[in-house]
Amino acid sequence: MLFAILAASSLCFAPTNVFAQTSVLLMPKPEPVAAKAGTTVEVKLPLQLREGYHMNTNMPPDPYLIPLRLTWDSGPISAEVVYPKPELHKVEFSAAPLPVFSGRFELLTRFKVPASVQPGLVNIPGKLRYQACNDRMCLPPKTVELTLPVSVSR
Amino acid sequence: MQVRKLPVSLIRRWALFAAAVAILASCEAPIPDNFHLKAVNERKPTPDFNLKDATGANVKLSDYRGKVVLLNFWATWCGPCKVEIPWFMDFERTYKDRNFAVLGVSMDEDGWDAVKPYVEEKKMNYRVVLGNDQVSTLFGNVDSLPTTIVIDREGRIASMHVGLVAKATYQKEIEKLLEAPKDGPKTGAVRDSGGEFALLRSH
Repeated sequence: MLFAILAASSLCFAPTNVFAQTSVLLMPKPEPVAAKAGTTVEVKLPLQLREGYHMNTNMPPDPYLIPLRLTWDSGPISAEVVYPKPELHKVEFSAAPLPVFSGRFELLTRFKVPASVQPGLVNIPGKLRYQACNDRMCLPPKTVELTLPVSVSR
Repeated sequence: MQVRKLPVSLIRRWALFAAAVAILASCEAPIPDNFHLKAVNERKPTPDFNLKDATGANVKLSDYRGKVVLLNFWATWCGPCKVEIPWFMDFERTYKDRNFAVLGVSMDEDGWDAVKPYVEEKKMNYRVVLGNDQVSTLFGNVDSLPTTIVIDREGRIASMHVGLVAKATYQKEIEKLLEAPKDGPKTGAVRDSGGEFALLRSH
């Protein structure tokens, strides 16, 4: 019975096409994106944290906390990352509720493809740096590497 | 059909009960009191390490032999660790004259650049050393922080707590160990290496 419950709960946390799975974070493999040179394309990166865990936002209020950071090494293609609105979480170590991300949420990146970019496939490498905690303990910071295939056309 | 009216006192009692349930449900879970000292014959020797403190001095865990030690793995980015630090400072003040010491092992990747300002800002009154992967492995791969090990005077692991537990848990364990009669000189040597610590993680 216990095994069945554990198996079911692990299935809930393991969707198909998983690109990165740490002990608490699930991130699907980024889908290829089509973009026309001279335009801006928006790409959503869905993330899912294990229940009970949260991660800091991109701008945590305490300078010692490690921020969530998605970065792209996109060369001539500029990338602007938009983080979602955080939720407020009551924690023991802070009088004020802490802004965090938890559950399922998306990070949006706006890629501005200059007109000068040659048509073809561009693989944009990225890094997701995060640090997760629950109410009783924290896990060490982790960096997940990812690649976004962008098919550029005229 | 006749509907019998409930007495006002009964309604009030039910309302109070419902309110109490609602309040309890909305409360955060309290920090657990996991007081649990291993029986003396179940305690394993603590692996030894040699790490540097903020002044660059070498600190060997075996130097603390004869003292009750609270060994705390922590990091500056760890919120729950921040809750415990004032408690440990209090323990250091209260018990230091009774052969007790707190030893903090920081697991910050950025080293002293991150740790020194934090130690100064929080006015931490106990010794802090910089940990590394080898020490983490020695203690059964310390991954979750805080992880705190309470060591008896003979250098044996009396308890291990992964995650935040109540201050009273540590206080009771420390006092119990300080009150315990000293063992003979033959028992409980501090070892040079570990390996059995996965089995010791009971919490």
